[in-house]
Amino acid sequence: MSIQRASRLTPYVFLAPAAAVMAIALLYPVCYMIYASFLDWNPSQRIGEADWIGLRNYINLLSDESFHESFWVTLKFAALVVGAEMVIGVGLALILDRKLRGMSVLRTIFILPMMIAPIVVGLVWRYMYHPTVGLFNRTLADIGVSPVPWLSDGDWAFASVVIADVWQWTPFIFILSLAALQSLPQSALEASRIDGASGWQQIWHIKLPLMMPVLVVTGLLRLIDAFKVLEVILVLTNGGPGLSTEILALRISRTASEFRELGYAAAMANYLLILLMVLTLGMYFYNKVIEARAVRLRKAAAAAAAKEEGA
Amino acid sequence: MPEIRLDGLKKAYGHVTVIEDLNLQMEDSEFTVLVGPSGCGKSTTLRMIAGLETVSGGAILIDGKDVSQLEPKDRDLAMVFQDYALYPHMNVARNMSFALRLARYPKAEIDDRVKKVAAMLDLSPYLDRKPGELSGGQRQRVAMGRALVRDASTFLFDEPLSNLDAKLRGQMRAELALMRQRIRKNMIYVTHDQIEAMTLGDRIVVMRQGKIMQAGSPEDLYGQPQNMFVAGFIGSPPMNFLPVEVGDENGRITLVGSDLQLALSNAVAARLANHKSRSIILGVRPSHFIRDDAGSIDLQIALSEYIGAQSVLTSELCGRPVHVEVSALKPVRAGEQLRFSLNPDTIHLFDPETEAAL
Repeated sequence: MSIQRASRLTPYVFLAPAAAVMAIALLYPVCYMIYASFLDWNPSQRIGEADWIGLRNYINLLSDESFHESFWVTLKFAALVVGAEMVIGVGLALILDRKLRGMSVLRTIFILPMMIAPIVVGLVWRYMYHPTVGLFNRTLADIGVSPVPWLSDGDWAFASVVIADVWQWTPFIFILSLAALQSLPQSALEASRIDGASGWQQIWHIKLPLMMPVLVVTGLLRLIDAFKVLEVILVLTNGGPGLSTEILALRISRTASEFRELGYAAAMANYLLILLMVLTLGMYFYNKVIEARAVRLRKAAAAAAAKEEGA
Repeated sequence: MPEIRLDGLKKAYGHVTVIEDLNLQMEDSEFTVLVGPSGCGKSTTLRMIAGLETVSGGAILIDGKDVSQLEPKDRDLAMVFQDYALYPHMNVARNMSFALRLARYPKAEIDDRVKKVAAMLDLSPYLDRKPGELSGGQRQRVAMGRALVRDASTFLFDEPLSNLDAKLRGQMRAELALMRQRIRKNMIYVTHDQIEAMTLGDRIVVMRQGKIMQAGSPEDLYGQPQNMFVAGFIGSPPMNFLPVEVGDENGRITLVGSDLQLALSNAVAARLANHKSRSIILGVRPSHFIRDDAGSIDLQIALSEYIGAQSVLTSELCGRPVHVEVSALKPVRAGEQLRFSLNPDTIHLFDPETEAAL
């Protein structure tokens, strides 16, 4: 084997272990799931014994009221949490983007919720939401307000899971926004002060537009994550009361384990997968557009410089 | 135009004092250049005038009013930054009109002003472009334009040319000098480049370690430097400093170095009345050596650098390396032995301890 050929193959050799892990841990289960979604498959059967029913699972899902409800709850949940997290996270970053004593400690405290395992977050919040001994209702009782049915009323339960998720994931947006803010060109911000911009005008006209690429990607990442959320809701409400907090991931898990319809659950998971693929592609194309614009700007600048040189 | 005065201005970061008791008055419509090596406090001073840095002590007076606690926007000034500080997401027109839009000027007036300034700076074809699409020189002009559109009473420049390559810098320097002739405003310009300072400034303020070493016209600074720092900073190649003794030869004051003897004129000698038989520093500009076959200064040329009209020769005198600037018409080669003389009226004398001019 020539040296040239060997050096051409080197990158692939280094990639091979990762590719193998990906194939086993990701590609295989996905293919398995896609295959299973065409079967009428009960957990007591081996996969080979299940009946092939083609697209019937997918077609049935389209007219399945519970699935619709779940899908709607998921959309509502994702939109609400990501919206709230973006507003609070970016807002906090804008407030805390200054040289304060002990800022690094504060930042570490802020990102702690993100590091806690979701199951633990669910358990902690379930205690706090407890109707009689929970922190919230006891505090409300102390100030003479009647208790709130945090997890036992449909609307309150939905709000409760939203609050828990916002608590856990706002830090993610906060640290990325803070990083984006701190990498903004300082002199442009100073120039805007001299140009007469107030704090709000600076945020509105300079900071937010310049942070936008980071914010879009951060928001999309969170959206993808929010569509897949499971543990916190599982622990807090298990989807109830009724179907009020039954997001798609939970519905899939219950269809597989409680209703014992593996093929149907797989089809549902594939619908979710398609939705997430759309979001991921959206993010991918957004990045492409931003990159293409940067390339175009650089080319134009180079052309302008060359023209000037010639002049 | 308002008059700007710095009154005992101080700046300290914790225990480190960067600027101590700075006093400076800028006359009406004057182009003042703050110049000095890196870390001399010139940019900090400018940023304090702009309101981008807080003041640790003293006052900044504009038209007699202390503005040192005011926000930048309330000081009626415009600034051009070293890295241009354009808003990357706005096109040229919007960059230039940002301040006017914030101040809610009528749209027609904004358009009018932007068009006028753009025409003046040759930016009209680029009004729709984003800064990223422009060359360095064009960005520089947009930054200038953004300041001009404001029509503020004072313009601040923070090393505006130092990000450009040498050729473009020369070109922009000339454009600035031309613009200067048309626009009579207070301008304060910070640079570390003494050529920019000399060519642009009505008045140059040389700073070192947060203190003003000398302030005056370019001619003053070049002709009568008050200390060795200014003497060495202004002028290129820099002034030569030679250690000499003040001798007395038959009642005539003479400077004596290890391989130099220079009789002084009476006027210069009078200044040395108190320095007889003491060591002082003789300062000679490289261009003040006169090629003279009958001269008393004998130099062995170690290096001859041809730079066009002149050649810069490197040699040794009084145990120090010296630079001599001669016309390039008569080529000089390394290794040659040449004779020079000095006109005693062109020399500078300094106290070796205080470094002040004598």
